[in-house]
Amino acid sequence: MTALLKVQGLTRLFGGLVAVNKVDFEVPEGSILGIIGPNGAGKSTLFNLIGGTIPPSEGKIFFAGRDITGWRPYRVAREGIARTFQTTALFEELPVYVNLVIGRRMRTRSGLGDVLSRTPRMRRERDETTAKVMEVLEFTGLGRYAGEPAGSIPQEAQKRLAIGVALMGEPRLLLLDEPTGGVGMGETDEIIDLIGRVRERGITVCVIEHKMRMMMSLADRMVVLNFGVKIAEGEPRKVCEDPAVIEAYLGECIA
Amino acid sequence: MSFFLNQVVIGIQLGSQYVMVALGLTLIFGILDISHFAHGHLYMVGAYLLYIVMVLWDVNYWLALLICMVALALAGILVERAVYRPLRGQPQINTFIAAIGLILMLETLVRGIQPKALSVPKPIDRTLEFAGVSMEVQRLIVIIGAILFIVALQLFIKRTRLGTAIEAVAQDREGASLVGINVNRISALTFAVATALAAAAAVLMAPLAFISPEMGGVLILKAFVIVVIGGLGSIKGAIFGGYILGLLEALAIAYVSSAYKDVFAFAVLIAILAVRPTGLFKGRD
Amino acid sequence: MGKSGRYVKASALLILLGIAAALPWLLGKYQVRILTLAMAWTIATLSLNLILGYTGQASLAHGAFLGIGAYAFGIMVQRVGLNFWISLPLACVVTALLGLLVGLPSLRTKGPYFAIVTLCFNVIILKVFENWNWLSGGIQGQVVPRPAFLTQRWARYYFVLAFLLLTLVAMRLIVKSLLGVTLMSIRSNEDLAEAVGINSFRNKLLAFVISCFVVGLAGALLALENGQLDFTITNYLYSFYLLIYLLIGGVATLSGPVVGTIGLYFLLDYMKNIGIKGVEEFRYFLFGLILLLVIIFFPMGITGGVKRAWEWARGRFRKGEAGEVAG
Repeated sequence: MTALLKVQGLTRLFGGLVAVNKVDFEVPEGSILGIIGPNGAGKSTLFNLIGGTIPPSEGKIFFAGRDITGWRPYRVAREGIARTFQTTALFEELPVYVNLVIGRRMRTRSGLGDVLSRTPRMRRERDETTAKVMEVLEFTGLGRYAGEPAGSIPQEAQKRLAIGVALMGEPRLLLLDEPTGGVGMGETDEIIDLIGRVRERGITVCVIEHKMRMMMSLADRMVVLNFGVKIAEGEPRKVCEDPAVIEAYLGECIA
Repeated sequence: MSFFLNQVVIGIQLGSQYVMVALGLTLIFGILDISHFAHGHLYMVGAYLLYIVMVLWDVNYWLALLICMVALALAGILVERAVYRPLRGQPQINTFIAAIGLILMLETLVRGIQPKALSVPKPIDRTLEFAGVSMEVQRLIVIIGAILFIVALQLFIKRTRLGTAIEAVAQDREGASLVGINVNRISALTFAVATALAAAAAVLMAPLAFISPEMGGVLILKAFVIVVIGGLGSIKGAIFGGYILGLLEALAIAYVSSAYKDVFAFAVLIAILAVRPTGLFKGRD
Repeated sequence: MGKSGRYVKASALLILLGIAAALPWLLGKYQVRILTLAMAWTIATLSLNLILGYTGQASLAHGAFLGIGAYAFGIMVQRVGLNFWISLPLACVVTALLGLLVGLPSLRTKGPYFAIVTLCFNVIILKVFENWNWLSGGIQGQVVPRPAFLTQRWARYYFVLAFLLLTLVAMRLIVKSLLGVTLMSIRSNEDLAEAVGINSFRNKLLAFVISCFVVGLAGALLALENGQLDFTITNYLYSFYLLIYLLIGGVATLSGPVVGTIGLYFLLDYMKNIGIKGVEEFRYFLFGLILLLVIIFFPMGITGGVKRAWEWARGRFRKGEAGEVAG
């Protein structure tokens, strides 16, 4: 398997603080990588660096062999990296189906001219988008919420919607920042199941999570961060037995 | 040379006025995240109040200064309670729009009552000569008065319990409410202090220029420029930025063009924000 | 709302159109003139609605662009001697190009910063028009001659009405399209929009330039109706007035700007001519007060209005989706 995402010596400073310190890792195509670490370990910053929200102070990011270091978020997204945010980000006042339509926008080209003269391209893209919306509604099980404002549906459904919006653009890599954060136990399983089905579609996934148990069953490989530094990497079982990880997690890992 | 020095004096005097208005704006902006765009119009109200108190009621200038400051402090509290507090938690642009509503009300009200520009007599109508620089006493009063007020504000913020609470909120609102600072009270207090400062600036400046209903509009835009340059919530930044802008403007009026005197500041703001869209310094994050 | 609902709506629109067409023959001369001006202002409010209501960027430079459109049109027709039908679109293009120049630096900022930067631009443009007599025509101002077919009052009324309808249709096409949804995504959550591949700066710039094109049209039509211009047409107060028309009428809707602008314009005109001492001077006090009350108590400021609009849209969608969610 070749590496879809490759991160080399990635470093980010905030003022004098090092949030992410010389982190290297690779994500093979089609796999699920789990990223764990205590609060403030730099996990979300890592996603912000890959997603282009903030530029790295040092280091390189390669996606499918291409150097995407320092690209703006929308270019990163168009290249095929989709993401969700830790505090679920949605277009809250817009209905669920419109959220999905927006997720598709980068794959359509209709501009002002098409809109005003209603060109065949606009009609075609509208029909394609509608078909894709239907498919993703089905895939994420959100059909019954289609017309509701995204901000008013249950927390767990919002988490699935965020993944759905990310899938609309047909990404090759999906970055999930705590996809089950703030969700009850029973509902967590539904989201884990959804992530598994995303992988079956051939989409590579990186997941940030606190819940170790969930990661054990889901991830192919894990990266452990602490104070911005990678302290362990490998198969979930092995990582769990690593003394450095046990120390960082105060033994919580013995699941 | 003496012409240049004269312009410098004028610049410092303009700067004094800007600093006093910008200080209030930066406190309110930094502490409460409110773009209090009607601040300049409260300054204008202060100048008209001075006219009423001093010219119509024939009260002594210094007593009038005190009356105006107290009255405007109360007006500031009223504005905070009636306009901004109900809007807390709404998008910032809503408070901005509310401020525009307030601006229209104040300006129309004043113009409706007194459409003509007015002038206020100088308390000490003398001119001093020194090393080729001639200087009206009132200019000196503005410059020294501003320094006194700035020092007083610093002492208030650094030395009193309420003042430190203001600064604590300015630097970290959530942290401040966690340690039990009553944000409502601080909010009202900040408006009182800021508006009293604006009133003081208006009273000091009024004898040097005509007072008119539209004097607050351009002034508040300039104060905003200063706050952006100096950093939101930064007291040092407002002082520094205010004097710099005053000096630059006085020199630009003398050596470039006076027709466009109000435009320089805005061009500077646009240039700064185009390069650094969130301002030059971060007073607070 | 099913099929029958759509027929009701279509017939209501037709009736409204019929009334609009009949009005010049029902109203007095003066009222026709006021209505013509109000319709031109409505086009300006609709332009602000695109950038503020749908894209979420509060431009306070629209007063200046209104004036630029008006002057560009007047200068081309009167001083350059260009053909009327060339001058009108060209005035819009000139306004849009200046909009591009202003938008490039100012759209890098967000929220109140954007409002303040655009307001600064408006003040600068006002000062330029105030001081540069060659451009503004000084105290005499700029005469705007009318073509022969627009010398009649009713002809100008229909002319402006036609452009208002055209603007409404164009706006509807935009906001109901993928482009409109893109703009709303920026208003709703700009960071997320970027994360799903939307170039927010480019789309904001596009919305701003379209908006300037439309407000340029409004300015040209105002110039045409007034026949005379001076530098005060670039006043930033007009930016405020447009904001008020829009907020009171209802942001992010198409009927809101029409109702808000025409309603308030007539109210102001009525107060001006009521002949009671004080009312004329203080009528903008009322304006400010209404704006305050609307934004405080009727939280339809920006978010509230948007929410209401979407609740309405959602209600429609649900009923259209058959009965499965009816319970």
